[in-house]
Amino acid sequence: MTAAAPPGTGADSARAGTSAGSSRRGDTRIRAWARRQYWPAYLYLLPGAAFYVLFVLRPLLTTAWISLFDWDGLTLGSWTGLDNYTALLSDPALRASLLHSLVFIFFYALLPVAAGLLLTGLMVRIRIRGLAVFRSLLFVPQVLSTVVIAVSWRWIYDTDGPVNGLLRAVGLGGIARSWLGDYTTALPSVGLIGSWIMYGLCMVLFLTGAMRIPRELFEAARLDGAGPVREFFTVILPALRGEISIALVLTVTQALRNFDIVWNTTTGGPGNSTSVPSVFIYQGAFVTRQVGSAAAIGIALTVLTVAVCGVIMRVLREREG
Amino acid sequence: MDGSRRESFVSHALLIFASLVALYPFVQILLVALHEPGARVTGFSVPTSLHFDNFVTAWNKGLFSSALVSSLLVAVGVVVITLVVSVLAGYAFALFTFPLKGPLMGILLIGLVLPYEATVIPLYYQMKEWGLLNTYWALILPQVGLSLALGTFWMRNFFAGVPRSLREAAEIDGASRFQTLRRIMLPLAVPALTTLATLLFLYAWNEFLLALVLVPNNPDVQTAPLALSFFSSDRRNSDPGVTSAAAVLVALPVLIGYIALQRKFISGMLAGAVKE
Repeated sequence: MTAAAPPGTGADSARAGTSAGSSRRGDTRIRAWARRQYWPAYLYLLPGAAFYVLFVLRPLLTTAWISLFDWDGLTLGSWTGLDNYTALLSDPALRASLLHSLVFIFFYALLPVAAGLLLTGLMVRIRIRGLAVFRSLLFVPQVLSTVVIAVSWRWIYDTDGPVNGLLRAVGLGGIARSWLGDYTTALPSVGLIGSWIMYGLCMVLFLTGAMRIPRELFEAARLDGAGPVREFFTVILPALRGEISIALVLTVTQALRNFDIVWNTTTGGPGNSTSVPSVFIYQGAFVTRQVGSAAAIGIALTVLTVAVCGVIMRVLREREG
Repeated sequence: MDGSRRESFVSHALLIFASLVALYPFVQILLVALHEPGARVTGFSVPTSLHFDNFVTAWNKGLFSSALVSSLLVAVGVVVITLVVSVLAGYAFALFTFPLKGPLMGILLIGLVLPYEATVIPLYYQMKEWGLLNTYWALILPQVGLSLALGTFWMRNFFAGVPRSLREAAEIDGASRFQTLRRIMLPLAVPALTTLATLLFLYAWNEFLLALVLVPNNPDVQTAPLALSFFSSDRRNSDPGVTSAAAVLVALPVLIGYIALQRKFISGMLAGAVKE
C-alpha cells in the first residue's frame, strides 16, 4: 500500500509544497518531512482502526449478513436472501413503526429547530445578559440520562401527575387521562419528550452562531429597508446554515433511533401505537427470536439514517472550497 | 429606545421561561421524592417537610451503590481508551499525508451518524463467544468503538487548527512526529481534551441500550441507567416517591459533575464552533 506512491514524488507532497509558499527552502523542508515519515501514519491509526473494525464495521457487516437468513439465534439459520427485506415492506406493524419515526422527526427535529430559530430571530438584536447561565440551564436535558428523563416524564404524564393536576385545576378535568396509556395521545406525548430534550440544544447552537454574525450585515439590511421578517430570511438564516445542519443531523439521528425514551416510557404501547424500528430490533433479536428479521430492520434503519443525514449535509453545506 | 427595551424584556422573559421548562422535570421528581414515604402525591403537591426516607428505600432496594460504581468504572474506561486512540488517529488525519486518507475519513464519518442499533445483535453473539457477556469489558470495548469517530474528528479539527509555525519550529529542533505530538500538541490540546472527555463521559454514563443487551443478567455490572430502568418497571416498586428518588440518585452525580465542569464544557463548545 505504501509503495503505491513513492514519497517525495507523489501528488501529495507536491501539493504540500505549493501550499507552504513559493520559498524554495520551505518547499524542500516540507518534502523532507513527508519523505522522512510516511507509512507511520498507519501506526497512529492502528489502535483506532482495530476498535472501529472489531466493534463497529464488522458487527455492521455481520448484521447485513444475518439479515439474509431466517435465524432464531440458536439453531442453524436458513438462507432466505432478501425475503426479510420484502417482509419489512409488507408488514403493517413495521410500516406503522416507520410512520411513528416520521412523527418523531417532526417532534425531535423540526419543532425544536423551528422554535430555536424563531427565538434566535427575536433575540439577535439585543444584548443578552447572563447568556452563560441560560446556556447551562438550557443544556440540562442533554446531560440527564434518557432513563431518568423517561421516569420523570412518566410521572408528569401520570394519571395523578402534574399535567392532569393542572387540567383539573383549571376545570378541564374531563380530558385528564393517562397520557402515555391512551392510544390517541401516547405518540405525541412521547414526541413532546423529544422536543423537550432537543429545544435547548438548538437554541444554544443558534444563539451562539447568531452572535458571530457581523453587525454590519444587520445595518446593511436595515439600510435596504428590510423589516424583522426579511432580516430573518436574508441575514440570519443564511448565516446559520452550518448550525442548522448540525442541529438537524443530531436531532434527526436521535428521532430515527429513539430506543431509550420509547422503551422506558411505553415499550412501544399501548398496542403498537408508539412502536419504532429500534424497539422491533431489540424485541426481534432478544425476545421473540426472529434475529434475521431484526437484523434486516437494523440495516434498513442504518441506510435510512445515513441517507437522510447525507441529504441534510449536502443541502445545507456551507459553500467552501 | 422604548421599543428595544421592550424587546430586551420579552427576550429575557422567554429565555427564563425556556430555562425553567428545561429544569422542570428534574425539579418535579425531586419534589416527589422528598415527600413522606407512602404519602399520596398528586399534581404539583409540594412536600410540607423534607423526608429522605424514599432515597434510603431506593438505595437499598435498587442496588444503586453498586450500579453507580459500575457506571463510573465503565465511563472512565471508555473515556481513557477513547482519548488515547482518538488523539493518535486525529493527529494522523490532521497532519500526515498518506494514501486512502479521504476514503478512511469517509468510513469513519459513518460512525458519527450510525444508529448502533444495527450493531447490537452481532455484538451480543461476539461477546458471548468471547465469554465477555455480563462483564465490564462488554460495555467498555464497544463504546470505545462507537465513540472514537466523534473523538477522532474532534482531535483532528483541533490539531489542524494549531498554527503551522509551532509545528515547524519543533521540526527544526529535530523533534520527531511523536515528540511533536507529546511536547507541543498535547499541552495545547488540554482544553479540547477536557471538553471531549466531558462529552464522552456523559454518553458513556447515560448509555442504555448496550447495557440492556450486553450485561442484562449480572447485577454487579449493571450501570445506573439500567438499574433504574429495571427498578422503575418493576411492578413491586409502584410508589412514585421511591421511583423518583431512584431517578434523582442516578441523575445527581452527572448533574454535580456538570455544574462543576459547565464552564469548560461550554467554552470548549464555543471554541469548537468558532473555529468551524
